[in-house]
Amino acid sequence: MIDNINLLILAPYLNVQLLLDGLLIGAIFVLAAYGLALVWGVMNVKNLAQGDFVIMGGYIAWQVGTWGVNPLFGLPLAIVFMFAFGWAIYYLVIRYVIERDLFTSLLATFGMGLVISQSINLLFGPEVQIADSGLSIRSIYIFGGEVTVSEIKLLSFLMASSLAAVVILFMKNSRMGQAIRATAQDARAAKVMGIDTERVYAFTFALNAAICGAAGVLIAMIWNIQPFYGMTHSIRSFVIVTAAGFGNIPGVIMAGLGLGAAEQFSGFVFGAELQQATVVGLLVAVLVWRQIQSSRNRQAVI
Amino acid sequence: MKQHSQHLIPGLAILIFSLAAPFLFPNYVFQFALLWLMITFALTWDTLGGQMGYNSLGNIVFFGVGMYTSALVQIGLYYDIGEYTAAYGAILVQYDMEQYFTGLIIGLIAAGLVAVVFALAFGTIVFGLRGPYFAIGTLGVALAAGELVGAWDWVGAGSGISMPVYPGDPDDRALLYYFLLLALGVSTFLFLMWLYSTRFGLAINAIRDDEEKAEAMGIHTKRHKTVAWSVSAFFLGISGAIFGNMAGFIEPLEVAFPTITFGIFMVVMCLLGGKGTLWGPVLGATLFHVVKEVTWTHLLGWQWVVLGLLIIINVVFFQQGIIGWAQDKWPERFGIIVEDDDALLAAQDTAEALPDKGVG
Repeated sequence: MIDNINLLILAPYLNVQLLLDGLLIGAIFVLAAYGLALVWGVMNVKNLAQGDFVIMGGYIAWQVGTWGVNPLFGLPLAIVFMFAFGWAIYYLVIRYVIERDLFTSLLATFGMGLVISQSINLLFGPEVQIADSGLSIRSIYIFGGEVTVSEIKLLSFLMASSLAAVVILFMKNSRMGQAIRATAQDARAAKVMGIDTERVYAFTFALNAAICGAAGVLIAMIWNIQPFYGMTHSIRSFVIVTAAGFGNIPGVIMAGLGLGAAEQFSGFVFGAELQQATVVGLLVAVLVWRQIQSSRNRQAVI
Repeated sequence: MKQHSQHLIPGLAILIFSLAAPFLFPNYVFQFALLWLMITFALTWDTLGGQMGYNSLGNIVFFGVGMYTSALVQIGLYYDIGEYTAAYGAILVQYDMEQYFTGLIIGLIAAGLVAVVFALAFGTIVFGLRGPYFAIGTLGVALAAGELVGAWDWVGAGSGISMPVYPGDPDDRALLYYFLLLALGVSTFLFLMWLYSTRFGLAINAIRDDEEKAEAMGIHTKRHKTVAWSVSAFFLGISGAIFGNMAGFIEPLEVAFPTITFGIFMVVMCLLGGKGTLWGPVLGATLFHVVKEVTWTHLLGWQWVVLGLLIIINVVFFQQGIIGWAQDKWPERFGIIVEDDDALLAAQDTAEALPDKGVG
């Protein structure tokens, strides 16, 4: 561990490499976290199956890859499929938990995550998979070759950013986006004004699933997927949203990029087997920090 | 006491059956032992989840802490732990009867105490959190604990520890652990029955119903929450120690900190039976365990999917559980007095507002 820290001090470019890798992956974490913040803010559902939606998207890309098609084309497929899936899940389960207490949505989505991850495990097997886009070997060299960035990582970063931009513009300008924001502010008033809140909720949840699916496609191409990695992705989204607070888009972006970088550094310093421990450790740290913050205002974290 | 008398007859019947069961069905001793473990799980989860309204997803952490504590005590009494774990069982370990039982008894006590210490430390971190943050925070701690133990070489890291081997007859060993788990389950039940009938029980119910008001009425909420959590941790710690010895081999992710199996089972069993009641967890655990054991092997890998569906259906459509449903249906049987239609409606309203209420 000390050796690794020394290495970071001796080779400054290594820091740049880790930071860059972290930011490029963090951009994808931002996508999933934004979806969680959306669902949490609009319909007060804490979706513990968030990460499993991401993994589903990843397996769509991988499946497309096995057909001999570049997994990049899995992106539109994943978005459409996950949108439909999210819509169906809304009508089957989520619809019944919106009005209920907070633990209900948490546990119901946990069960959903279990169903999804175990089904993927049975259908695709428990191996760690990578969707090969053919771009991962081509790299761009910076600082005279000290820092390398593969093209697929850059491409996925651009795609994640443009997807985020599209979603944010959609929320700001479109009719549906306005309806979603109105429902988030006051569902009753929105209903009185003629907004079909049921449909808004279904759309929001489906949109979240689609965003997660897209994030999963990118994760499968630049990193790896496995049926049971979903839980860690869910916890990542919770870390980001809890640190930033929902309804705070710049905060979510900063926290997501920060988490990506923190994971890369801790993975390097402590070793890869502690990477998951880092994510859950950060979750506990963020929750404690929020608690200290709110105890100053003499309020409970609700 | 009057409210205890209604538990007497079913309690005695279960006790007599349980004492005779290993001799009547000698092939199923391990299953019966697991059943009592499940009952202990459900009862201890209900102390927080049902009676106090703090839904934890990480109670399993005390199970693992107790298991590792007893393992370290039992081995550490006679051997050097670092050497023992580094050799992966290559050191020949021979315990005689006296050594084995001394280790086991000290191990069980230490497991309970260390779990309580852990609960006190853990409580200061998580008890400022409410609602979903509490559930997610406890889940995070449980997952982190498993990962950290898995990276800790001194306790064997991911490859685990082989527990000391019982020096006597294997049949006696099975009976020993069955009766230990039975005794633990029964004492947990009796202790909680007494605890819920005291002022302490009323105080934690008040915390469940409205924490701010309870605090305003002068209940020291933080102290009550920590004590309830420690009670739960004490029994879970001992159960972990017994199960570790019964399994014979422990490792961090699947045996000691199985967050997505045992950790979720305890929640599901409580919800199935009816949380916030004394008999609900017992009923839920029994039903869940029997159904699981009967159907599990026939589902060929799909059992986890079925478990997930069971959780969803249970939580979304049947959250009051079996006892809760029975209370709504036949309130008189449970000592809930119904005077007329208006009172009935009012009772139903409160029943919906407060999904759980204690028996009797």
